[in-house]
Amino acid sequence: MKKSYLVLILVILSLASIFFGVKEISLSDILQLNEKEVQIVVLSRIPRLVSIIVAGMGMSISGLIMQQISQNKFVSPTTAATVDSAKLGILVSLILFTSSSSFQKMIISFIFAVAGTLLFMQILKKVKFKNTIFIPIVGIMLGNIIDSITTFIAYRFDLVQNISSWLQGDFSMVIKGRYELLYISIPLVFISFLYANKFTVAGMGEDFSANLGLNYDRIVNLGVIIVALISAVVIITVGRIPFLGIIIPNIVKLFHGDNMKETIGYTALLGAVFLLFCDILGRIIIYPYEISISLTVGVIGSFIFLHLLVRRGING
Amino acid sequence: MIEVKEIVKQYGDKNVVDNLSMKIMKGKITSFIGPNGAGKSTLLSMISRLIPKTSGEIFIEGKEIGEWDDNELAKTISILKQSNYINIRLTVRELVSFGRFPYSQGKINREDIKYVDKAIEYMQLRSMQHKYLEELSGGQRQRAYIAMVLAQDTEYILLDEPLNNLDMKHSVEIMKILRGLVDKLGKTVIIVIHDINFASWYSDYIVALKNGKIVKNDKTNQIIDEKVLKQIYDLDFRIQDIESNKICAYF
Amino acid sequence: MDNKRKISFFIIISTILILIFIFSGLNSNNKYYFLSKRIPKVIAIIITGVSIAFSSMVFQTITNNRILTPSILGLDSLYIFIQTFIIFVLGSGHIIVTNNNLNFILSGSLMIFFSALVYKFLFKKNQNDILFLLLAGLILGSLFQSLSSFMQMLIDPNEFLHVQDIMFASFNNINVKVLWISSLLVFILTIYTYKYTEILDVLSLGKEQSINLGINYDDIVKRMLIVVSLLISVSTALVGPITFLGLLVVNLAREFLSTFKHRYLMAVSGLISIVALLGGQLLVERVFNFSTPISVIINFIGGLYFIYLLIKENKI
Repeated sequence: MKKSYLVLILVILSLASIFFGVKEISLSDILQLNEKEVQIVVLSRIPRLVSIIVAGMGMSISGLIMQQISQNKFVSPTTAATVDSAKLGILVSLILFTSSSSFQKMIISFIFAVAGTLLFMQILKKVKFKNTIFIPIVGIMLGNIIDSITTFIAYRFDLVQNISSWLQGDFSMVIKGRYELLYISIPLVFISFLYANKFTVAGMGEDFSANLGLNYDRIVNLGVIIVALISAVVIITVGRIPFLGIIIPNIVKLFHGDNMKETIGYTALLGAVFLLFCDILGRIIIYPYEISISLTVGVIGSFIFLHLLVRRGING
Repeated sequence: MIEVKEIVKQYGDKNVVDNLSMKIMKGKITSFIGPNGAGKSTLLSMISRLIPKTSGEIFIEGKEIGEWDDNELAKTISILKQSNYINIRLTVRELVSFGRFPYSQGKINREDIKYVDKAIEYMQLRSMQHKYLEELSGGQRQRAYIAMVLAQDTEYILLDEPLNNLDMKHSVEIMKILRGLVDKLGKTVIIVIHDINFASWYSDYIVALKNGKIVKNDKTNQIIDEKVLKQIYDLDFRIQDIESNKICAYF
Repeated sequence: MDNKRKISFFIIISTILILIFIFSGLNSNNKYYFLSKRIPKVIAIIITGVSIAFSSMVFQTITNNRILTPSILGLDSLYIFIQTFIIFVLGSGHIIVTNNNLNFILSGSLMIFFSALVYKFLFKKNQNDILFLLLAGLILGSLFQSLSSFMQMLIDPNEFLHVQDIMFASFNNINVKVLWISSLLVFILTIYTYKYTEILDVLSLGKEQSINLGINYDDIVKRMLIVVSLLISVSTALVGPITFLGLLVVNLAREFLSTFKHRYLMAVSGLISIVALLGGQLLVERVFNFSTPISVIINFIGGLYFIYLLIKENKI
């Protein structure tokens, strides 16, 4: 798998994504500057494309970082309580500030996401039985528990369906003016690239990092903050996208090993390609209606995850 | 007697134990030695049916291991692994009583209590029999586990690296106990052990393994030999006699 | 207090609660109406309480872990998926939705069929790695969740209320016929499990010790897993999912009794479970005026208790 191929696929899919939709748009429309078509492209198609690419890169890199710092290949924001905590945060912001802006929601849900992820990391330290499969189970359990707290509160305030549809990952609602928050992920992705080496070292353990003169806690906290922020932003602008953070880094690792400096570029690209592919698929299957991205990624992702798991089982 | 015939254990494409045959004598201590990855623990686990074998046969008292009734087998052969992490809080006495499970199925009777008392006594655990396992030191805990195996009252006792994480004093103590099991109680003891001098000093037979195959299986003083050891470990050895036992120095 | 005294103590408390529940506010006018409503409710609570407590206790023992609950086998999510699917496709007025008998049999047998399928597949592939089975269950569970929440988003809000009713366990509409079938099933399963209490004691020493002591480990674990799924299927089909009740009561039972003996642990956890459900139901009826379903309350309390447990415990 070469990077240039991935870039090429990404470009092709991007073009497809721009020109394909309920309203057919052709290249000539754009070139002739047909006002209506250009408007659709600018207001809806391009924001959608950009948000998919950013979300895909962001979520996959979040997964990669989580896997490095927890030293477990099945950990990701969805299996480490990050996403569920962010969801609780959104609910709290909905209740406390009924008319809160997206930015306020993001801040609150970010704080919850950081707290939830740190709680998970804390619990991780206590786990005696460091089995590759056991750790994500603990994370998902913790996520379910936080979810039950969310449900309790949501039920009291009659927000159950509200929260449920809020989190249904959906790019069809992404239009100009409603997704710009996602841009916050871009600098975070850059920081991740800069710190890739350090995350790799931190992944080798606390003592090993200290030996190399690295401040382990600081790197781990930085990782948690990046992951929590990206997760919060993606949830608020797009919704929940399950498993992306697990399957993409794991597929890349199959080909390129564990050095994060090597893999992070592929992870970002493949994440964007995969999400874009799922999005286009969701738009085609029941055309002219759309299947939400949560569902397409959920279904495809579940099977890939299961496959990775069985594979691991066979290889010991 | 335990007899192993053409046994194979395969992980992926690799034969960890590779077509290996041997006999283990009754009433003796037999040590499995060899470098890391030689297949010692795997072999021991297969003999004690903790892990299934890929192919081959294992006869215990002339009967193939798969034909044994699980419960009857547990009265004949017992195994102690090196990592004994138990998730629940147990006292020494409760642990030792578990050794009677094959006989009583959990409903301890007077006969069982006698065995439990004897095992505790033999392992000098009487004063701490009501303490919880986590309150004990590593050596004491190892003794408690051995007491459990004693209460199980089996002909064959298998131990996987029983000296793991013990200091010199406790290691000697455990080895003396194992010797006593054979000499005084007439048991058959099979151990996986890394320390070549402990193996030399305390065991009757040594099985030397390398890459899943037997390099040599013989009486102890036949194995503790500069040439044989070099073949097993790719190291140079010097061997000296001390009190008619052979002691090795290696470098 | 020794263990037998403690058991008597819980028997007394649950009897008192049962009496309060049945007889409070009863007079000669409303007697027949109230009794015909309350007695089935109490029976349903006892059945559900016992089956959840037993299944969780057995499940924790065979997985050798105190923080897991059988809901991670994915059955809860499957149940919600089945119900959502029926309402989504057939509408809330359809006979399968309105007829409790039919619904009970359909969802119960689908859950049992699903677990049989999963076990069959996984035991073949990966003979005896329970953790593997659990993570696979979790992934499938989240697949069902994705599917359900997609349908929930499309369902119109009036229909959604029906879905929401089903998503949360409730003792408010107990069908007497269904109750008989499930009582019988749970009774048989309870007797069956009680035959294994001593073996379960040995299983809590771990796999290797169990084999050493002459237990046919793989066989027993399979049997116990089937018992667990049957119990969970019956109780879920009867009242709906109560995810964290088992976690709560099993751990409370372990704290109250300092023993490893399942004979006592199971009795006490069953009794605590009944007490918790009765107490919860009284809360629902008298304090919350039926505004919050019991499972939401119990999951909330169970969730908080669990987080406390995770933070308090030194090793997991």
